[in-house]
Amino acid sequence: MITAVHLALREILRNWTRYLLFSLVVALISVLVLFIAALGRGLLGGISEYIEGLDADLLVYQDTARLVTSSSRVECETRGAIRNVEGVQDVGGLAFASVSIVRSETAELLDVSLIGVEPGKPGEPPVVAGQGLRRKQAREAIIDGNVAQLLGLKSGDQFTVSTVQGGSEELYTLRVLGVSESQRFNLSPSVFVPISTWDEIRPKALLTAPQMDPACNVVAVRLDDPAQVESARRLLEGRVEDVEAVDRTTAYESQPGYSSIRSSLAIQRTFALLISGLVIGGFFQIQTLQKVPQIGMLKAIGTPNYVVALATLIEILFTIVAGVAIATPLMIGISSSFPPSVPIVFELRTAAMAVGSIFVMGFLGGLLSIRYSLRVEPLIALGLGA
Amino acid sequence: MSLEARSVVKQYRVGDAVTNAVDNASMSLHPGEFLALVGPSGSGKTTMLALLAGLLRPTSGSILVGGQELAGMRESARARFRRRNIGFTFQANNLVPYLSALENVELMLRLNSEFDANGRKRARDLLTLLGLEEKVQVLPRQLSGGQQQRVAIARSLINSPTLVLADEPTASLDTERAIQVVETLANLIHEQGSAGIMVTHDLRMVQYADRVIQMLDGRVERTISPEEDLSCLADPAECRVIGSDVLGFTERADASSA
Repeated sequence: MITAVHLALREILRNWTRYLLFSLVVALISVLVLFIAALGRGLLGGISEYIEGLDADLLVYQDTARLVTSSSRVECETRGAIRNVEGVQDVGGLAFASVSIVRSETAELLDVSLIGVEPGKPGEPPVVAGQGLRRKQAREAIIDGNVAQLLGLKSGDQFTVSTVQGGSEELYTLRVLGVSESQRFNLSPSVFVPISTWDEIRPKALLTAPQMDPACNVVAVRLDDPAQVESARRLLEGRVEDVEAVDRTTAYESQPGYSSIRSSLAIQRTFALLISGLVIGGFFQIQTLQKVPQIGMLKAIGTPNYVVALATLIEILFTIVAGVAIATPLMIGISSSFPPSVPIVFELRTAAMAVGSIFVMGFLGGLLSIRYSLRVEPLIALGLGA
Repeated sequence: MSLEARSVVKQYRVGDAVTNAVDNASMSLHPGEFLALVGPSGSGKTTMLALLAGLLRPTSGSILVGGQELAGMRESARARFRRRNIGFTFQANNLVPYLSALENVELMLRLNSEFDANGRKRARDLLTLLGLEEKVQVLPRQLSGGQQQRVAIARSLINSPTLVLADEPTASLDTERAIQVVETLANLIHEQGSAGIMVTHDLRMVQYADRVIQMLDGRVERTISPEEDLSCLADPAECRVIGSDVLGFTERADASSA
């Protein structure tokens, strides 16, 4: 073991320019893999973030809507029926629309998801600053952290929402009651308003008077026992007509674009990892081929196979560790230079999985050279080996 | 008895054809004895060396090194036996290129888990004895061919092996360096009491051996003691008379006289 470490470290030290250059290559591949992972998290999070973080266990859709939020319509009475199902602790209607916020200084528009929620019910996001919604019908809103950052808004500020109603643009002024953490939905930052305010502001073909309890798209259901999601789902679908209930994961995975984005990113990630495996494997295979006489000599003088294999393995691990160590600050530096609108989200778990994948692929690529070095015959040293 | 090879046969089969690379060869070697194995290309010298080192298994016959039968050992046991009991010097690619001269010598100690301050001192002393005291921290690529061979000799002797095997150690050296290397190797083998075998084409080097074994077509053609037959090797005409031009000496002598 010590001899293997000695051999590996001496080789790296005495050929440090070669290993540095190769570590830089690994770093570039690692940047690519980390970037794809962060982009994936950003894009998928842009669709799923709000639903993923909901304080509800089930989401109830109109049964013919095929879990498409905008196609689903759940009436107020149905919400009541859902609330009466045993095991249901509380419900909250959710309604979704897209509007724009007018930036006061430049008159540019920031597209946001306008989400109607019932104050104090499942679906209203927790605030990190300010306070939650208090009244059922008020020109008040909770904005998510992205809106606050992009527009420089804070509790008590006012902002203007632009929407199209009856063929013309209508402007509504809302007051910020609170700021939540990032709650993106449909790839946009979100603004939460009481559901009747939502009904007033949302884009619509005809100007109509807002209702006190309008129909919503989806109902968020909080259960007494979150562990009983499946049985509660079946019970709910049996007791309430014309609805389909699903857990949060199924709900956000059914959002339009989610699957296609995920599969596109999976293909990119697979290719990047394959490239990393091939590059790392190729480098060490070439190096092993160059070292055949030396390996033969080492074996002839009695070096055990495990020392030869372990030395190569240490070199592979060193190269990957060095590459990732260079890549991580590089990636953070690069991503910090992107505008906030670029959906890059660094998350420890995602980054760790990406780095882990690089290690696995690098190791698998390197196995070929380790296997080759194990098959080198000591007779090579005497010029007799094949 | 340091080494004894009895009726060793090594056959290679290619299709239906069977070739005896070593054919019923026997030889023995005592501690402190230095033997030169000579013969033309293809005579089986290097194959014999590989058999003696346990790098090849004989088709039949037995090889005992320090009383231990090599053929019956598993590969890992033979590797362990080699690093503990056999010192090797090769024709080329002798040294690990990224280890210094001292580290190359110390490698045998590390492999045998004997590396400590005392071992490092022994390695330095050995390199000093071989005239390399100024080169201990130098990498192989910065050493001449002769210096590299001397480092390899130091490595082969550092753990006082039972058997020292040298395959064409002077092949790439000029005469002066070659003589220096072989003379040093012979002296150290005698001093340490190891048994040594040197495969060589170079007849100028056999004068440092205690015995010379000629091989031809895989067989031990004859054993020459220094007193009687080395004079024959020095006299091409005599060699012709006895029909022992297997060493290739006559050809070389003819070429030089022309």
